[in-house]
Amino acid sequence: MVDFLTYFPQALTPINLLVLVLGVIGGLFLGATPGLSPTMAVALLVPFTFHMEPATGLVLLGAVYTATVAGGAISAILINIPGAPANIATLLDGHPMAKQGQAQKALYYCFISSLVGGLFGMVIMIFFTPPLAEISMEFGPSEMFWIAVFGISVMAGLTSGSVLKGLIGGMFGLLISVIGFSPMLATPRFVFHDVLTGGVAIVPALIGLFAIPQVFSLMETSHKLTNDVEFKPQKGILLKTIKENLSHVKALSIGSVVGSIIGVIPGAGGQVAGLIAYDQVRKFSKNPQSFGTGNPEGVAAAESANNAMVGPSLIPLLTLSVPGSPTAAVLLGGLLIHGLFPGPDLFRSHADVTYTFIASLVLAQFAMCIFGILMARYSHSVMKVPDLEMAAAVTVLAVFGTYSVQNSFDDVIVMFSLGTLMYIGRKVGFSAAPVVLGIILGAIAEDNFLKGKLIADTDVGVLHYFFTGSLNLIIIALCAASVGYSVFSEARQYKKAKARARAKEAGS
Amino acid sequence: MKGNKLFTRFALVALAVTMLLACSVPAMAEGYPDKPVSMIVTYSPGGATDFQARLVTMMAGDDKYLGQPIVIINKPGAGGQVGWNWFVQKGSKDGYTLATYNVPHFIAQSIVYPTKYDINTFEPVGNWGADPAVLIVPKDSPFNNVKDLVAYAKQNPGKITVSGAGMYVGHHIAALQLMKAAGIKLTYIPEKGGVPAMQSVISGKVKAGFNNLSDAFRNQDRLKILAIADLERHEFLPKVPTLKEEGIDVDNSSVNYRGVVLPKGAPPAVIAKLAEVFPKMFNDKKVKAKMKASGSPEKVMTRDQVIKMFKERQVYLEGLLAELKKKK
Repeated sequence: MVDFLTYFPQALTPINLLVLVLGVIGGLFLGATPGLSPTMAVALLVPFTFHMEPATGLVLLGAVYTATVAGGAISAILINIPGAPANIATLLDGHPMAKQGQAQKALYYCFISSLVGGLFGMVIMIFFTPPLAEISMEFGPSEMFWIAVFGISVMAGLTSGSVLKGLIGGMFGLLISVIGFSPMLATPRFVFHDVLTGGVAIVPALIGLFAIPQVFSLMETSHKLTNDVEFKPQKGILLKTIKENLSHVKALSIGSVVGSIIGVIPGAGGQVAGLIAYDQVRKFSKNPQSFGTGNPEGVAAAESANNAMVGPSLIPLLTLSVPGSPTAAVLLGGLLIHGLFPGPDLFRSHADVTYTFIASLVLAQFAMCIFGILMARYSHSVMKVPDLEMAAAVTVLAVFGTYSVQNSFDDVIVMFSLGTLMYIGRKVGFSAAPVVLGIILGAIAEDNFLKGKLIADTDVGVLHYFFTGSLNLIIIALCAASVGYSVFSEARQYKKAKARARAKEAGS
Repeated sequence: MKGNKLFTRFALVALAVTMLLACSVPAMAEGYPDKPVSMIVTYSPGGATDFQARLVTMMAGDDKYLGQPIVIINKPGAGGQVGWNWFVQKGSKDGYTLATYNVPHFIAQSIVYPTKYDINTFEPVGNWGADPAVLIVPKDSPFNNVKDLVAYAKQNPGKITVSGAGMYVGHHIAALQLMKAAGIKLTYIPEKGGVPAMQSVISGKVKAGFNNLSDAFRNQDRLKILAIADLERHEFLPKVPTLKEEGIDVDNSSVNYRGVVLPKGAPPAVIAKLAEVFPKMFNDKKVKAKMKASGSPEKVMTRDQVIKMFKERQVYLEGLLAELKKKK
């Protein structure tokens, strides 16, 4: 902490501040572009830092990382396309809010919650790096497998309404995740067409599942020219929103804590932090039914979680050179080119650079919030676009975002196919979030199970390997609690509905 | 009316000719390159290959070299197969699409799997790095040298787990070579890249691992490095013996060579130009300094040297993998 304060002023040199502000503004725009995930944005910028001072280069990368994570929420809220997997949970309530004419408020919520979560994550990182680094190394194949199972247990809760449909959607996602080469033996599976050799990449699936059904439903109603909701800038709501937002202590604290924990686990990444936090907040809420219909608490939970993840995901990176998220993996490159090798040395012989970097991450949180709120003031103009033009614009963005990930038209085909399927699915009550969760977690679960089994077979046996060890048992208990609670609350709602029906009968 | 139609037809032909001309212009090396060149990296952003590819091409925009920047496109999947298949099948052949290669990965894959590529579909233009595989064990491991590990493996066949960056990558080849040369059985655990494989060893989830010398070098405080799978000791780790010195007959076939290729069918003039420029660019003072600072072992080789190396590896790997292939 003393070191942190000693080097803090170095982050405030004019050049570092300039780079910070530019990085944040650029990052917000990059993040808002579908398909340009934080990982891509940081990877694009790493070469630019070759020619900079080490500290300045890292300030740029840190600022862009922070801002792109939050920027992804802009497209999620305004046009229902998550900028990155991390923003799926934001969209569940953020987009309904925007449709009700509260886009600006939703965005304020998003940036304020991001700031709260982000700062929480940074504090965790500054104070608890050494113990958390050790914990992060405890996560091996068996623990990661159970983490994935825990994520799967969240699926049921992501469909407002039917648990069964959520689970079926999730299973469909898991099935998609096995397309391509198997991780251990590299045998091709379900490769019906050349397009599928590499499996279904996450960003095309994400854009297809969310954006394409959106385009279709926009077209359904596009002949109606009148909008029921009037979109105009909401003046003077900033202070009120800040107050209101900060009063959602429960959503913000659950989001921040869950995000920080997931950030520390190497490999899990922030992709699922938002969704898991969202589910927890919903479970602890007094009226879980309001989630998914434009409840600002949902936005607060999701955004605080995925920004809280940023700081802690750097802990295993800076101390053990094990990145906690895909983006942190790219940041590793940014460190290495300046000869900064992660490890204790980073905090001793290179303390000036390291602490400047950490300080700039803290400052970037504030800059992100301020510029994000400034941008949010113009959000109403996006919502005012007539449906017809919106459908065309979203299609263009969807194709652009999908193609730009790896300059591949195959991905565009995958995106449209999944999107069309999802449109039909949506008509019969399925939602996209469990499918995406299935695609992300299926790969993690399968890979780690097979790896764990290989290791266990040489040693203690599969059962023993997966069911002993305190960390395994804790995560298993969490899984059981999560499933148990879902069943319990479903049963309770069923009973309530029955009681209501009976009361009605008795009344009539 | 008729004249009008004729004019339309003429205009169409003229347009077609112009377009054809426009297409064929890049085929000539004259003025090549006149726009940014893209380079396919077959692994995800942040990996060692991606990072080094970005580093060694950072000077491409300089007029001394290409005068145009090189844009990296990541096409990861199936240990590199997705990217390389795309590169030879769908990539443009006009010299504006390059790819990075990893030996022995792509050669081993082309032997074991029905890939669209092999050493004959690539036109190498230069090699920038050589990263030998090193045998590592956790800090608190009972194995202090290769002999300990081999002795234990002889007593307990298959009980030693060895992590590596995936199937048929350099680390896997090194593990296969070690098993064959020492007459032992190990359980190879393929991971999704070098970083998770390294993590498994540091945290003691596996008993040993083969990993990149560069990554092991950066993590040497948290590991024991037993041996290096190369012909000579390495300047980064002068105290680590080669497997040969430890009495195990393993050569340098698993060394991970990284470089740049054009697809077969690229204009010869472009191949010649890049083959001349790239080794020079890799030898640039700035590039060399950054490679060294980041702990990435550099080895610059020319087109002819790379072609020779490809052929040698092909022959050796066919022999080593023949038994595995038969089992399938």
